[in-house]
Amino acid sequence: MKADSPRSLLDPNADCRRHAFAYLDESAKREIRRQTLKAVAIPGHQVPFAGREIPIARGWGTGGLQLTMSLIGPKDVLKVIDQGCDGSVNAVNLRRLATMTTGCRTVSRTCEATLIQTRHTVPETPLAAGQILIFQVPYPEILRLVEPSETVTRRMHAEADYHRMWTFLYENVVQWGGITIGFRYPVKVHGRYLMDPSPIPRWDIPKLDRSPALMLFGAGREKRIYALPPFTRVEPLAFTDLPFEVEQQFGARCARCGASDAFLDEIPVEEAGKTCWACSDTDYCDQRLADKRGDNGA
Amino acid sequence: MALNGQFPLLRVRNLSKHYGPFCAACAGPARRERETNVCPECGGTAACMDVNFELFPGEVLGVVGESGSGKSTLLRCLNFDQPPSAGEVFYSGADNGHTNLFTLSAQRKRAVRSSLLGIVYQSPHLGLNLDLSAGANVAERLLIQEGAPEYARVRGRTFSLLGKVRMPESRVDELSRTFSGGMQQRVQLAKALAPKPKLLLLDEPTSGLDVSVQASVLDLIASLQRETGVSMLVVSHDLGVVRLLTHRTLVMKTGRVVEQGLTDQVLEDPQHPYTQQLVASIL
Amino acid sequence: MGYIAVRGGEEAITNAETLLHYYRTRGKSASLSTDQIREQLPLALDRVMGEGALYAPELAALAFKQAAGDTLEAAFLLRAHRSSVSRIGASEVVDTGKMRVRRRISAAFKNIPGGQVLGATADYTHHLIRFELLTNEAEARERTVRAFEDLARDGESVPDTFPKVVDMLRAEGLLSQKKPGDARPYDITLRPLEFPAPRSARLQVLARAETGGMLALAYANMRGYGHVHPVIGELRVGEVPLYFKGSRGNGPDLLGWVRVTECEVVTQMEKAEANSSARFTLGYGLCFGHNETKAISMAVLDRALMDEEVKSPTQDQEFVLLHTDGIEASGFCLHYKLPHYVTFQADREQIRTVRAAAKEEETVEG
Repeated sequence: MKADSPRSLLDPNADCRRHAFAYLDESAKREIRRQTLKAVAIPGHQVPFAGREIPIARGWGTGGLQLTMSLIGPKDVLKVIDQGCDGSVNAVNLRRLATMTTGCRTVSRTCEATLIQTRHTVPETPLAAGQILIFQVPYPEILRLVEPSETVTRRMHAEADYHRMWTFLYENVVQWGGITIGFRYPVKVHGRYLMDPSPIPRWDIPKLDRSPALMLFGAGREKRIYALPPFTRVEPLAFTDLPFEVEQQFGARCARCGASDAFLDEIPVEEAGKTCWACSDTDYCDQRLADKRGDNGA
Repeated sequence: MALNGQFPLLRVRNLSKHYGPFCAACAGPARRERETNVCPECGGTAACMDVNFELFPGEVLGVVGESGSGKSTLLRCLNFDQPPSAGEVFYSGADNGHTNLFTLSAQRKRAVRSSLLGIVYQSPHLGLNLDLSAGANVAERLLIQEGAPEYARVRGRTFSLLGKVRMPESRVDELSRTFSGGMQQRVQLAKALAPKPKLLLLDEPTSGLDVSVQASVLDLIASLQRETGVSMLVVSHDLGVVRLLTHRTLVMKTGRVVEQGLTDQVLEDPQHPYTQQLVASIL
Repeated sequence: MGYIAVRGGEEAITNAETLLHYYRTRGKSASLSTDQIREQLPLALDRVMGEGALYAPELAALAFKQAAGDTLEAAFLLRAHRSSVSRIGASEVVDTGKMRVRRRISAAFKNIPGGQVLGATADYTHHLIRFELLTNEAEARERTVRAFEDLARDGESVPDTFPKVVDMLRAEGLLSQKKPGDARPYDITLRPLEFPAPRSARLQVLARAETGGMLALAYANMRGYGHVHPVIGELRVGEVPLYFKGSRGNGPDLLGWVRVTECEVVTQMEKAEANSSARFTLGYGLCFGHNETKAISMAVLDRALMDEEVKSPTQDQEFVLLHTDGIEASGFCLHYKLPHYVTFQADREQIRTVRAAAKEEETVEG
C-alpha cells in the first residue's frame, strides 16, 4: 500500500473509476463460466451462482446480462431483443451497457449474431450451430407454481418427483377443459429435469427442442443458471390424450409483412375496438419485407 | 413363518421410537411394565418400544390402546412419516422381504410408500390437501408415476375410486375443504386405495366423526376390504371398531405390546390385566 | 391506418435521463454539495450505505444527490459501484468492545457499569417541527455550536470505550457461552445463498437488508406473528477500528474507523439442555452507520430465525432472507413496468380458446 495520503474516491483517476472489459471482473466471469459449464453438463438443472450487482436493476435482465458479459469476446457480434424487438427501450439500454464496456459490434439481424440476449421470446429465424441464445429469466423455478419453498422444490427435482405439477395440470383440465398455461409452460429436458423455459409463449416452445444452438438461461435476482446444450430433447408436459398446442392466432396476419407463421402481437389501432396484428420479431418482419421488395436478392 | 401356506406381507421387528434423552434404564427389563412413557432416570419419552408382529395378505390387524400407548407412533413409522429410533420392517413386495425398508433412501421409501401403502389419518388435513378438489386429491396419487399419463384414464379412475367410496359424481370437483368429516374420510380412503396398495394403514379412521356417520364409514371400510382383499392395520382406541373390522389384535400400553391374538379371543377372554380393564370398560 | 413499427427507443431513453436531471437542477436554489449532504443529512447516508453494503460516505453523498433523495436508488448505485471495484481481502474480526462510543443504552438494567450514555438522540424530544430552522440560518447555526461548546467545556469527560452489558450476563451464566462458530463466515457476495443458511450468512443478509422491510417483519413478529419479546441488553452507536493484515508482516494495520450501530437483545429462555440450566438467548444486530431501527429489527429477526418450530413467516428463513434485500425487491417490483405484451398476448389467446370452447359447448347443447 502506498504511503501517500488517501485519494478521495471522487478523484477521476481513482482505480475504482475504470471498468473491466464487459464490466465484470475476471473472478466474477470465471465463476459464472464454471457454473455455466456445470449447467451445460446437466441439461435443465438449476445451478446456483453468486450473482454480482451491475448497473442494471435486479429484475431487469441482470442474469442474462451476466451470462452475456461472461461469454462475450471482442470478436463477438451481439443482438439484444425484448419481446422480440431490438428497439424496445430495455433492449436498447442493455445493448448500450454492452457496447460501452466491450466495444463489440451489435446487429439486429438474427443470422449475423453470435450471441443473442432475449427477454421472453425466441427469434423466428431458425438458429444455427455456433450461436448462443441467452434468456433473461425472472423465475427459474417452474415448481414455484405449486410450492413456495425452495428447500422443498430442490428435493422434488433431486428425486424427479413431479407429481404435484401433474396434479396442477390435471386440475387445469378439469376446470377449463384444457391446460391454460400461456407462458412459462413446463418442459421436460432430456427426459429428466422439469424446466422453466422463461416467460416465452407456447409458440416458442417447439423451437427449444433439439435446436442446434446452445441455449442458456440466467436468473440474476434468483441467482440461478441453467442450460440446454445443442440438440437436447425438450418436451412440453402434456397428457398423452391432450397433445400440446401452440397459439392459433385465429388466422391473423402481420399488417406489415403479411406473415402468419410468426408470433403476432395484437395492437389497438385508432378506431375504437379495432386491432391489428404485427410480428413480434422485428428482424423477421424486416427480412420478410425486404424479401418482398426484392431487397435481399430473393 | 407361514399362515395358511402364505408368507407374511409385513414383518416388524423390535420397532422403537423415543424422544429426548435415552439411557440404559429406558430400554432395560425394568421398563417392561411401566405406568408412564417417561423414563424416571433421564426424562426421555418412549413412544413405542420393541414392537414385533407379522401381518399376512388379506388380514386385518387391529392395534388397540389408549393415548400414549404408542399405536399412532407405530403407524407413522410404518408409513415413513417419521424415522424409528430402532427396529426393522420387511415387506414381501419389496426385495422379497429381505431388505429392512428403514435403511432405504428417502426417495426409495417414497417409492415403496406410493406403490405398496395407503394411509387414512384421523384428521383429514393430514391426509388431504384441503385446497384441492376431492378428485385432484385422488388424482395426485395416481399421478405419482413414470412417464406421461393419459388424462381420460386418470379422470376415469378418479371417478371410479370416488364412486367406490360412495361419493356422488357431482361433488367430485368440489374443494375438499367444503366436505363433511365423513365425506373427507371417504376421500382419504379413495386416495389411499388409488395405487392398489397391498397394505392400508388406518389411524383412528372414524374417531371424531358423528356416531351415525361412523357406522357408514366403518361399513364402507369393511366392504372395501372384502372386495379388494387388501391387508389392513387399524389403529383405534375403540374396541367396537376393532371387533367389527379386525381378525387379530395387538394391545398396547405405554409403548409396549402387552397382549396379541385373535380379536375374538382377546376381547372375549383377555389375559393381561390391562386388556381386561379395557374390555371391562366397554359400555 | 396501417401499422407503424415502434422505433426511436434510444432517443427516448436519452431524453428521459436528461429530463430527470433537468428537474433536479433547474431550480434557482444553490446546488447541494456532497459536503452539505454529508454534514447535514448523515442519517440518510447511513441508511444508503447500510443498504448499499458499502461504507463510503463521499460516494454515498454523491449517489444520494444523483438519486435526488431516493435512498433505494442511491443504495443500488453503491452496490453496483462496489461490483466494479476489486476486492483486496477481509479485515480482522472487529471487536465492538473497542468502539469509540457515541451513544450507549440498555433497557435491561436501570443502570449499567459506565452509565447510560444517551448521546445524540431525538428519542426524548417532543417531535415538533422547529420552524426557527427557516430563519436567520447562519446566526442560528453559530448559536447552536457555541451553546454546545459551552456545555462541553464545563461537563465531565466521558470515557471512549465501555464494557459490554452482555458480558455481565455471560459472567452470571445467564447467556449461552459464545460458541466457536464458523471459522470463516459464509460470504453471500461470493457464494450463492442456500437453505438452511448458516447463521453467518443470515446475519450478512440482514446486515445489508432494507430497513423498512426488516422493520415490517420484525414488527409482525413482536406483535404476535412470532414471539420475540426483545429486551435490549445493549444498543450502542459509535466508530469501530478496522484492522487489516497486509503483506508487510509487521502485524495488522489500522485502516480507519467505521461507524456502526450494534444491538444485542436478550430474549426468552431456551429449553434447558442436559447438564445445564435454563438460559436466555441473544439476538444480534449490526449495520453500517447510525440506524437504530435497522439494528433492533435485525436482532429481533436474528432471534426469530433461530426458532425450530416455524409457525409464522417471520420465523421462516426463506421468507425473511429472500424478501428483505431492497435492491432485489425493488428491482423486481419495478420490473413490472417493462413491456409484458407477449406474455399478455399469450394469456389473451388462452382466454379466447376457453371462451370459444365454452361457446361451442353451448351451441351443441342448446
